Amino acid sequence: GGMAAALLLLLLLLVAAGPGPGRADAGREQRDALREELLLSPLPTGDVAATFQFRTRWDADLQRGSVSHYRLFPKALGRLVAALGVRELHLALTQGFWRTRYWGQPPLQAPAGAELWVWFQPTVTDVDKAWKELSNILSGIFCASLNFIDSTNTVIPTASFKPLGLANGTDHHLLRYAVLPREVVCTENLTPWKKLLPCGSKAGLAVLLKAERLFHSSYHSQAVHIRPVCRDASCLAVSWELRQTLTVVFDFFSSGQGKKDWSLFKMFSRTLTDTCPLASQSKVYVDISPKNKEKELLEVSPPPTSLHEAVVQGDKKTYAVYDLLSPSLFNTSRSLNVQLKWQRPQDSSEMPIPTLHAQRYVGGYGLQTGEICTLIYNTHPYRAFPVILLETVPWYLRLYVHTLTIITKGKENKPSYIHYQPAQDRRRPHLLEMLIQLPANSVTKITIQFERALLKWTEYPPDPNHGFYVGSSVLSALVPSVTAMKDMDVEQSPLFTSLFPSSDGSSYFVRLYTEPLLVNLPTPDFSMPYNVICLTCTVVAVCYGSFYNLLTRTFHVEEPSRGGLAKRLANVIRKFRGVPPL
Amino acid sequence: QVQLVVPMAVIFGPGSVPGDLPRSLPFRDVQEMEISVNLRTSVTSRYEMRYRSTTGQEEAALAAATAREADAALHPLQDTTLGSLTMYVVPETSSLLPQGINVYVGRHRSALVRAVGSLAALQARLREVTQLMSFTASSIAAALSDRVPDGQLSPDARRYLKSSLGYEITFSLLNPDPKSHTVDWDIEGAVNCYVKPVLDKLSLVANFSVDSQILYYAVLGVTPRYDKESSSFLLSAHSLPHVINPVEARLGSSAASLYPVLNFLLYVPERSHSPLYIQDKDGAPVSTNAFHSPRWGGIMVYNVEAPASPQASLPLHVDVDMARVMEVFLAQLRLLFGLSREEVPPEFLLEGPGNEGLADWELDHLLWAHTVENIATVSTTLTSLAQLLDKIGNIVIKDDVASEVYWAVASVQSAVTKLSLGHLQAAFQASKEAVTSSERAFFDPSLLHLLYFPDDQKFAIYIPLFLPMAVPILLSLARIVRETRLRKKEPTKMD
Repeated sequence: GGMAAALLLLLLLLVAAGPGPGRADAGREQRDALREELLLSPLPTGDVAATFQFRTRWDADLQRGSVSHYRLFPKALGRLVAALGVRELHLALTQGFWRTRYWGQPPLQAPAGAELWVWFQPTVTDVDKAWKELSNILSGIFCASLNFIDSTNTVIPTASFKPLGLANGTDHHLLRYAVLPREVVCTENLTPWKKLLPCGSKAGLAVLLKAERLFHSSYHSQAVHIRPVCRDASCLAVSWELRQTLTVVFDFFSSGQGKKDWSLFKMFSRTLTDTCPLASQSKVYVDISPKNKEKELLEVSPPPTSLHEAVVQGDKKTYAVYDLLSPSLFNTSRSLNVQLKWQRPQDSSEMPIPTLHAQRYVGGYGLQTGEICTLIYNTHPYRAFPVILLETVPWYLRLYVHTLTIITKGKENKPSYIHYQPAQDRRRPHLLEMLIQLPANSVTKITIQFERALLKWTEYPPDPNHGFYVGSSVLSALVPSVTAMKDMDVEQSPLFTSLFPSSDGSSYFVRLYTEPLLVNLPTPDFSMPYNVICLTCTVVAVCYGSFYNLLTRTFHVEEPSRGGLAKRLANVIRKFRGVPPL
Repeated sequence: QVQLVVPMAVIFGPGSVPGDLPRSLPFRDVQEMEISVNLRTSVTSRYEMRYRSTTGQEEAALAAATAREADAALHPLQDTTLGSLTMYVVPETSSLLPQGINVYVGRHRSALVRAVGSLAALQARLREVTQLMSFTASSIAAALSDRVPDGQLSPDARRYLKSSLGYEITFSLLNPDPKSHTVDWDIEGAVNCYVKPVLDKLSLVANFSVDSQILYYAVLGVTPRYDKESSSFLLSAHSLPHVINPVEARLGSSAASLYPVLNFLLYVPERSHSPLYIQDKDGAPVSTNAFHSPRWGGIMVYNVEAPASPQASLPLHVDVDMARVMEVFLAQLRLLFGLSREEVPPEFLLEGPGNEGLADWELDHLLWAHTVENIATVSTTLTSLAQLLDKIGNIVIKDDVASEVYWAVASVQSAVTKLSLGHLQAAFQASKEAVTSSERAFFDPSLLHLLYFPDDQKFAIYIPLFLPMAVPILLSLARIVRETRLRKKEPTKMD
């Protein structure tokens, strides 16, 4: 009897669990979550860097099955990832240059212009076609000229760009990397970027994103990162993560009458008034790590909700945290305007120099040959570490690899790995990847000579005398940390520490970009053909005219006529005077 | 010249044969009709009728109690090829059809028609049924709407979606006020339950993809008017055109495909603007609280019931009643495909489409219209291509473009032939192929006319040559004119 009843109950349960509209959603949990975060860090020079991060995590596998019902994840990007077999996508649009030497290590750096790197799924058969299609669609979504990405500026790096997300194979033929250093980033790129946020710019931290303030800054970089991540610690299922990041650097020292004080309102001309109701976490972090010898923390007002201590990029840092979701925050005042007033004048002499930084310039003279020089600094007092240098040079600069010299402390430094792919005219650029060991406290100088090629006259861009850009070179390194770092849970730690995977406690990953280069190519005088046409045509026409006259004119002897012009004039005057004409 | 041939069988049940048949059953007859679209284009329709009397099986099926049962029983006995029709004529006194109903249109490709005294009257009735079940002059005109002169087109004709190889259907839930409402909709279940059967049936016509999204803080472009009497907010009919634009910017176009997008928006009004009702032109509230926009999609306003106590904690949790919503969206979908069942004479009874959401003959209706439209599109595309080639003499036609053009012409010819043979499905397939090839040829990047240097500008470059050369020629011409004039005058002087 009991057995039969249990069976019946089981059957009933099975029936009840069957799918049906209107039922299934009763106990459905939200499978996507949004976290937003703003990091404000005062820079040594008196500037302030603000880094926004919006992270949408979706516990669904975009590639498997026909996932087509979107909630927080933007549909446009989701469809793109699913349709083109994208495993990882990183797009950054940047205006300005992050000055690592003076501003320190950035949380996220990007090269000037547009940078796109994508890992495709192993199922994609024609990666080049998918890459072309992807860049065209992205150019439509972000109103950027990414459609100019073609084989002449796309490279396949072998070592520099490893997948940041979950990956079970790193066959670099599935990777494509391109930089458009000429791209100008402006409001038309910001608007579609903001549109991808679930709350738009209507609520939450995104209300601060006011275009006229964001572009009135020394550095502006906005990025989109899509990658698969582990759903939980056991990592049996995949979740998709979309990170939208935006970094701006405001210069208060020069614009604020020599004062370095800042507040949210001064920076963005807005304050935070409410939270995005869709966000499960909404926090403002302010870097208040001590800057002076007395090791005093900086003072911010209003008093923060809590303090957060972490080792970020080798340094022990203290952050003041404002949790917008905590009910006490907006109880006392209706809006949050974080501000920092410096207690006493800062001594700017004590500027910490980052462990790794680099510099690049074009050497040489004349319009035929030149030299690209890269200086890489390791300021660590006692530890050497290797760095991967990726150099992409357009085909119209013909590199001579035999002139490649790497000199550290006056001695030649042999790279332990070198990958060089020569350019093909109008087909692909030069790719040079090297693994170089940087001794402690050293400067490494890398030079390579090039020759400037002559372009066809239709290949010159508008305003060719401005020069041709050569994209930033990329330095990727595991920099040894001075302070030991703890392993943190990605879901718990702040977003600004969790994009790059941390390897172990003793070193941290850094990716740096050098300055883009501007190279002058021999430029022809574009009006020359027309000038030649005009000149020859005139000569021909004049010759033709005289020949024509010679051939058509009939010559005959003419009787001396009434006289020349002078005589006629004289006759007119004589007529007036009443004197008989001559 | 396009001829649409509808093969059809007219089957007389016992006691329904009209007295004035010209011949004895079975016999064949043909009726033609001309649909003229504009002065140059016209389409002939040709109904090939086979008259016969019922077989024993059919008689047994017609003996069923209700029309629906008869329809179901007759279905396996019919010709089921697309485009063909079967009419069963039942006696005038038959109880199969309810009182006052003369025609019953079933779920498949058949109809029951009540007999009338004379053959001519019966044929008139049959013509009405066949037009309903295949195509009418207005549906063909709507398909050829590009060629119809502006004034003559009915407003309905502009509503129908253009024929395309695929459509993307996007359901969007607009929640402008996520602080007050957390709205949940089981769109996945609703799509599987209501939309998928229809689209499975329509998959013969085109490829469909369905997706959905939720947009927060998406507001309508119009501030609704507050009505004190009903203490509700009203959107009047004339303000509806302004509603869509601001929303559309958020919808996001389909970046990954080129198919037209059909948008269905469910709008949950913000708390400060609810309840919100749509008014029609006469000021009466629209019962469905929804409207559609031609060739774009539809919008439905979904009001959230106000909580019993005003102090209820925000946000309010709302579970959308998907059955109610999908009913409206499906009706709008049918409307956009030109499958509305509004203009049916009162003496007609149409069987509901059932679970599939679409009767077989409605699918045929769509196929007829789309085939004609595809043929027209191909001819327009190829004509413009020819015009372009005429304009630029030195344009380069690559082999693949040429083969696409040849294939398009061959396919469109085969489509026309198949139509005149009454093979609807084959004709539709051929017309689809023709559209694909002709578009591929037309949009080939090598045929961009800007790639070719216009001749008149070449002259401009050589002006520095031509102008100085022209001066002595013109001067000497002027002199010749002057001299001839003088020479003409001189003889008169001599006299």
